[in-house]
Amino acid sequence: MSNFVIESKDLCLNFYTRDGAIEALKDVNLSVERGEFVSLIGPSGCGKTTFLRVVAALEEPTSGHVTVNGLSPDMARKSRAYGYVFQAAGLYPWRTIMANVQLPLEIMGFDRAERIDRAQSVIDLVGLSGFEKRFPWQLSGGMQQRASIARALAFDADILLMDEPFGALDEIVRDRLNEQLLDLWQKTGKTIGFVTHSIPEAVYLSTRIIVMSPRPGRITSIIESRLPNERPLEIRDSPEFIAMAQQVRAALRSGTTDD
Amino acid sequence: MTRAFFSALLPVLTITAMILAVWYVGAFSLNSKWSKDQAARAGETLTVSELIASTMSQDRPRLATPHQIAIELWDSVIDKKVTSKRSLVFHGWVTLSATLLGFVIGTALGVLLAVGIVHDRAMSLGVMPWAIASQAIPILALAPMIIVVLHSVGLTGLFPKAIISAYLSFFPVVVGMVSGLRSPDPISMDVLHTYAASRWQIFWKLRLPASLPYLFTSLKIGIAASLVGAIVGELPTGAVAGLGARLLVGSYYGQTVQIWSALIAAATLAALLVGLIGWIQKLTLRRMGMD
Repeated sequence: MSNFVIESKDLCLNFYTRDGAIEALKDVNLSVERGEFVSLIGPSGCGKTTFLRVVAALEEPTSGHVTVNGLSPDMARKSRAYGYVFQAAGLYPWRTIMANVQLPLEIMGFDRAERIDRAQSVIDLVGLSGFEKRFPWQLSGGMQQRASIARALAFDADILLMDEPFGALDEIVRDRLNEQLLDLWQKTGKTIGFVTHSIPEAVYLSTRIIVMSPRPGRITSIIESRLPNERPLEIRDSPEFIAMAQQVRAALRSGTTDD
Repeated sequence: MTRAFFSALLPVLTITAMILAVWYVGAFSLNSKWSKDQAARAGETLTVSELIASTMSQDRPRLATPHQIAIELWDSVIDKKVTSKRSLVFHGWVTLSATLLGFVIGTALGVLLAVGIVHDRAMSLGVMPWAIASQAIPILALAPMIIVVLHSVGLTGLFPKAIISAYLSFFPVVVGMVSGLRSPDPISMDVLHTYAASRWQIFWKLRLPASLPYLFTSLKIGIAASLVGAIVGELPTGAVAGLGARLLVGSYYGQTVQIWSALIAAATLAALLVGLIGWIQKLTLRRMGMD
């Protein structure tokens, strides 16, 4: 059994459309260690979301293979290896915040007392205490996304997969949530796979940045973060941060020169 | 009373007054020929005011006037004992009981079919064309056959009428519920997939709650269709009781006032039933935080 939490070997995925096959992923090789914060960044169509969906067994690869905790994505899903946060909060409008966060626990058959216990503790963790009885539409977009993170955390999976979770939020809210996410990652020691198209976000959050390119969707470079683990928001004005951001931008540009 | 109520009152009263005015003018012009003929036969000539009075008070007018209908309604709803065969409340209850039974059967059938259609590809391809075809057949042609067939297996009275009601009311429920059960967006579905939820869990936790607003809209159409079905079901049964029987007897004997009052009673009943479902809808969706 490998030591890697997520491992992808020669992964290819084609979508078949009326205009022919589209190579959404081509020869993707990636190994993620326990406790890493890995960001996937690239222009739209580069396959970053598709890769995350393959890891979550929401898409079936065409060839190659992926393991999650040494299991197939489908088996890993059944063993509740990961929580997944989507681009939109996807909260159920007829459930209160408390009931939304309890949804995975109901599906997985936790008893009532433990459901309430766990839901309350993750609601507190994402800073939504006092909003348990509200319905989603009564909350701002940022709070809804926090509730959806709480829902993904509720069953305490070791892996958190996040697909542009803050993409639809304004910059001020996004900064605050980034800071809180980093804090949460340090507290819990989870492995996080994070899809984004924001360079500052990727640099600020990640221990490793995977730069991807479209047509075919592939990894063009992997950049290790040189930033310390302790990262106040001000770090984004430091020379190391700016240098890393430039490195990522350069990698993105070189991957898409043929456009 | 709210301001909205009062601001709606004036337009409603205006329209009502206009309808009544047109109605009286229509009653005068349609009924005056009979009044003139009667007068001519008796060798009399009528003054204008005599003519107007006569057209407004005929026993069997071509077009009954609103006040004649109101008097008949008062007479048959308030003045008669509810157990009396001449009470509209009695006939209304006969129709209502068939309507409600048919509505329950139709709704249950509609929901079951919709659940099957959403979960099974063969059903989704196979059932829908039949459901649509069933509604293309005029119910007036089908109702006597349903009554005859059920009678031959010993089913009479309430049940055959309820079946006709169910026949009309299942369709809007199927169509609405299929849309409702398919309404969850891809993210809501994917959320459950990431928890490895079973098909039943997806149904109970997502599809069913998401379908409720659609269901209620269908139920409003369905209950009105049920009432029509029950009335149509009463027409070929020899017209013993029910609003349909009142319509039929009225038309046998040219009792236009009776026909009109039965029609008003049916319309009122339909409005009450639809209103009741609307009220339940409001309460339910408010409790679900979806109002």
